[in-house]
Amino acid sequence: MANEAVIKTEELTYVYGKGTPFYRVALDRVSLSIEKGSVTGIIGHTGSGKSTLVQHFNRLLKPESGTVSVSGKDIWEKTDENGKICFKVGLVFQYPEYQLFEETVEADVAYGPKNMGLSEEEINERVKRSLQLVGLSESYLQQSPFELSGGQKRRVAIAGIMAMEPEVLVLDEPAAGLDPQGRKEIFSGILRYREQTGKTVIIVSHSMEDMASYCDSVIVMNRGEVFLSGQTREVFSKADALSSVHLNVPQITSFMSKLQKMGYPVPSDVLTVEDAADVLVKLLGGEGTC
Amino acid sequence: MLKDVTFGQYFPGRSLLHRLDPRIKILSVILLIVWIFMAEHILSYALLLLTCISLILVAKLPLKTVFRSIRGIFIILLITALINLFLTKGEGKPLVDWGVFSIYEEGIWRAIKMFLRITILLIMTSVVLTYTTSPIDLTDGIERLLSPLSYLHVPVHDFAMMMSIALRFIPTLIEETDKIMSAQKARGADFSSGGIVKRIKALLPVLIPLFISAFRRAEELATAMECRCYRGGKGRTRMKVLHMGVHDILFSVWMLALGAGVLLINHFAYGLVGF
Repeated sequence: MANEAVIKTEELTYVYGKGTPFYRVALDRVSLSIEKGSVTGIIGHTGSGKSTLVQHFNRLLKPESGTVSVSGKDIWEKTDENGKICFKVGLVFQYPEYQLFEETVEADVAYGPKNMGLSEEEINERVKRSLQLVGLSESYLQQSPFELSGGQKRRVAIAGIMAMEPEVLVLDEPAAGLDPQGRKEIFSGILRYREQTGKTVIIVSHSMEDMASYCDSVIVMNRGEVFLSGQTREVFSKADALSSVHLNVPQITSFMSKLQKMGYPVPSDVLTVEDAADVLVKLLGGEGTC
Repeated sequence: MLKDVTFGQYFPGRSLLHRLDPRIKILSVILLIVWIFMAEHILSYALLLLTCISLILVAKLPLKTVFRSIRGIFIILLITALINLFLTKGEGKPLVDWGVFSIYEEGIWRAIKMFLRITILLIMTSVVLTYTTSPIDLTDGIERLLSPLSYLHVPVHDFAMMMSIALRFIPTLIEETDKIMSAQKARGADFSSGGIVKRIKALLPVLIPLFISAFRRAEELATAMECRCYRGGKGRTRMKVLHMGVHDILFSVWMLALGAGVLLINHFAYGLVGF
């Protein structure tokens, strides 16, 4: 089933510091399309251009050449609708907790919806809903965001974007610098958003483990170009290609492909420990999951 | 974008000007300022302009970048020139007379003089100092020049350290501002429309996070410095010791000769256009 593309770029090129000694091509003729309703991962080594890429999706950066279209419309055409593109493509920056500024969690989450010009009731409704999505109860509403823990701050910031209910939610390294518990809470919030609203989610990360467990399809960036793209399984089965751009497949995947090389009849595209357990139990003649 | 402001930004390179001793550069800039304000005659300005151009050539800076640095203050330049043009009262008949505003011949010359002075001053200081001297070299130079004051118990080293830290964090803070602005734009913030009150209010979501992060950085830096046993300047040796070379002496001679030229012109050249 060929699904509709919600974001599409064609020959997108971007350069930093034009006309200075710091000149650098950050994106080089990037063409990609992101399927509506999918969870798409964008992976790449530091400096591969993934953060630069996502800032093109909501008009924050203007391409040097090439086009970006959202829902089939070029976002650099001059229309009223395009002025509000940031409400349609909600971008959560890296370390979003550093942009919190209001006195209460409620007011901070309401900042985006307020800029959209929604009614008071609608805003209140959305603030509560999005805080619930990220797993924060209503008791946090009146707290100062600066008194919260790092992970909680991050979740408040993400809720601030979710409250705009964007068609596409883009998150740049949403779990960077958090402990395993914090990471899990962030990702389950993101998955809840996509489950309850059916909107598209794009996750930028360099953690292959996270990509493997949360994304349907992935796009691998290397030096400003699309290196690989496709279904998660498909991409992760190309371990050699990935390691040539300094990315490693998840530990469990490389473990399984080693087993395969030793002659055991196991597939090389196992992405999670649970799947691996199933395969191994079957191999050893047992039944069911453990 | 904020990054486009090039005035006061280091432009890496290996030219003669880049390699000069920062002490010489600082003293030269002070001398140049004196020469510019002593210059009275149009010939002196020609001489200074010539120096200005040769300095740019020596530094191997792209002209475009140099001129972009004055573009930012062009309005101020223009206003200064206009005020001088209209408000200078001269002897003789005004060339144009509109009641309060009148233009005398002296006014025209004064306006040109002011315009040239500020332009030359800006280009020279930015070419000699900011474009070709890394902030670290600059503070090093200042510290060494002021070091005699430490006998009077002036904490010269601490001032220099504070300055280099401040300079070091300017690009960081600019980057941070850019990032926070982008992040708030992604939430629909609008910094470019509405009246002045609305615009100032729109900046709050940028300023508050910026302040918080500046304080956080300061605290982290202080801790990191203490972890490396920083105890102020006493007994500290330096990794890079400044040395004067032949080119430093030649450059100083050039600067002194320029001053002599300006003074001589002031003294002897009457016949031509004296401002």
